[in-house]
Amino acid sequence: MKKEFTITVYTENQVGLLNRIAIIFTRRKINIDSLNTSPTESENVHRFTIVINETEEVVRKLCRQIEKQVEVLKAYYNTNDELIWQEMALYKVPTDVIAEKVKVERLLREKGARVVVIRKDYTVFETSGHREEIETLIKTLEPFGLIEFVRTARIAIIKDSKGFHEKLKEFEESQPADELIENEYLNKQDEVFTM
Amino acid sequence: METLELIKEKKIESKTQNISGSEAVLKALIAEDVHTIFGYPGGAIMPIYDALYDYNDRLEHILVRHEQGAIHAAQGFARTSGKTGVVFATSGPGATNLVTGLADAMIDSTPVVCITGQVFAHLLGTDAFQETDVINITTPITKWNYQVTDATEIPSALAKAFYIAASGRPGPVLIDITKNAQVQKFDYNGYEKSDHIRSYRPKPIVRKEYIEEAAKLINEAKKPFVIWGQGVILGKAEREFAAFIEKAGIPSAWTILGLSAIPTSHPLNVGMLGMHGNYGPNVLTNDCDVLIAIGMRFDDRVTGRLDKYAKQAKIIHLDIDPAEIDKNVKATIPVWGDCKETLPLLTALVDNKKHTDWLSKFRQFTKEEIEIVIEPEMHPSVDAMSMAEVIDALNELTNGDAVIVTDVGQHQMVACRYAKFNESKSNVTSGGLGTMGFALPAAMGAKYGAPERTVIAIAGDGGIQMTIQELGTIMQFKIDVKILILNNRFLGMVRQWQELFNDKRYSFVNITSPDYVQVAKGYYIEGQSVSDRKDLKSALKNMIDHKGAYLLEVMVGKENNVFPMVPQGCSVAEIRLK
Repeated sequence: MKKEFTITVYTENQVGLLNRIAIIFTRRKINIDSLNTSPTESENVHRFTIVINETEEVVRKLCRQIEKQVEVLKAYYNTNDELIWQEMALYKVPTDVIAEKVKVERLLREKGARVVVIRKDYTVFETSGHREEIETLIKTLEPFGLIEFVRTARIAIIKDSKGFHEKLKEFEESQPADELIENEYLNKQDEVFTM
Repeated sequence: METLELIKEKKIESKTQNISGSEAVLKALIAEDVHTIFGYPGGAIMPIYDALYDYNDRLEHILVRHEQGAIHAAQGFARTSGKTGVVFATSGPGATNLVTGLADAMIDSTPVVCITGQVFAHLLGTDAFQETDVINITTPITKWNYQVTDATEIPSALAKAFYIAASGRPGPVLIDITKNAQVQKFDYNGYEKSDHIRSYRPKPIVRKEYIEEAAKLINEAKKPFVIWGQGVILGKAEREFAAFIEKAGIPSAWTILGLSAIPTSHPLNVGMLGMHGNYGPNVLTNDCDVLIAIGMRFDDRVTGRLDKYAKQAKIIHLDIDPAEIDKNVKATIPVWGDCKETLPLLTALVDNKKHTDWLSKFRQFTKEEIEIVIEPEMHPSVDAMSMAEVIDALNELTNGDAVIVTDVGQHQMVACRYAKFNESKSNVTSGGLGTMGFALPAAMGAKYGAPERTVIAIAGDGGIQMTIQELGTIMQFKIDVKILILNNRFLGMVRQWQELFNDKRYSFVNITSPDYVQVAKGYYIEGQSVSDRKDLKSALKNMIDHKGAYLLEVMVGKENNVFPMVPQGCSVAEIRLK
């Protein structure tokens, strides 16, 4: 059964790696719903957060293909309940309409939106949250002449993760300790790639 | 500790030289023990070729006739020598001509390092003359690739390239060097080989508990069956493999890239797997109780229909690449690791057994196959010769000691089915990609990889015409390869499928050939063509005894088919004998 999975990939910072990772999906004609690259708590380690809608078996295989890339340190996949995740969005609306017709204060309070810019001609709101929260604000603003809307990719933190510092130390050793046993996931096929 | 570092620093300082990026490339090759380069010069790689002029005594450069020839030659070299093949090519068309070979090396796990020239860094992205985005073109078909734009990166980039190409599951690596980096002078501190990249784990840690579980399963098995692939050869684990199957007494079958890992005559060798493999191993895959896959990746040509593949069996999968485990066939017990390490551990734990009855079951199938397929193939009742009888006659002359390089198609299947081998690394073929035109250039490289051995390229009349220009390379460098063309005046494999599945609608499979003997003569290569059975043996003998390259064309039956055959979409047990 297909469902939403978030793939978290820890990598070296290298030109061309984005392409190497992206073509693992495109080769199999899998659409990437969202993709974010970001620095991490460890210097020189980058993090890709990729959201796709697929079956777990496919996601597991994708993660193995991703991990096979020379510059990838580790790939994990998680379902939504294993993650804290957020997306952010910006909404541009005409100031005159919004000032006249919308109870701006209620909007800000109820939808957790913030005002980023107020100009004579337009106002920009910002909100962050899950996809549904962002989408309800679009619905709210649409009748008032939403001029422009943009949403970021998902960023996510794995609930059980202890961060990458310790893992990275192990990777730097030429002979990794037992803790970093490479095929750890083979122990527990059900919890593959969760930390 | 501190003292050590001081000494190290001093050592480096005394070694500092001011050299060009091009020279650093050549120094890297020498440090990696490279002796032979297959390549073709051009504008963007001229500085490296200029430096090569002074290194001619240490590095032998083989000037091919097309860059595809260079990379196939490097692949052939890698396959027979067990070392990494090296290719030089220029930017643009030079680099794009490598694409087929890179894809071939990628899918067949062949260690190759390609160095391509690139336009000046300041011209990147300007559609400069002979500029092409080689890095992005080759990303899906290289294990790793990297563009160097500054000479100081050259030593470490090449060290990484050679380490990545040959370690773990080998594969092709491409380093693209911009022209400015080739001419740039820099302070060179010597070359240090790479043996560690923090994000790259080529050799997984072997987990004993899986070995123990695997051994338990093998010891309890009544009908265990080993299927092995090229992993055994790439891991240089032929002896460990033989020791394992001999102790456990398990019948063993091979994929075409696993062929020659153990001698053909080995009593536990039960033959070839897959679409045109032997009868027994295919049928009994769906009868065994424990299937032990070693260094193979369950290609669809081996498994046939997956949902009917070995469903009754527990599966033990030994592989160095974790992405292969559960990719196509779910493993009951995955043994992730280098089989050079895992096999001896497994051997130590398995019981000494014979499995005589089980083995004799394979022999019964062999008997049937000999009767229905092999015997008529070897001794056709018609005048036209069969490919099988040519290979059989060749076996008699080589005694299984030659390196056989095959192209792709019917002759490839027949050669793999019937050629005999005594030594590992004797079978060179394009397995995964099925690249027609592979044999002739790969045979040149194979000869450089194993100069003391007889190298025979076997090709069809289709494939030979795809890279026939390499006769020029063979002529110029006097490469002693024997070229055997099995000419059926058809693109035989496609024709066979059209006959069997498309109602004999022979759509564009009728191919005409030039006078190959005359073509060879044009290249000052001696040759002969035979169409009569009585001339076959002496012609083959002439070819093998001839000093230097030789071309022999054998006219074979036009519409012969390769059997047995597992039709596409069928299970391995549904293999057809006719």
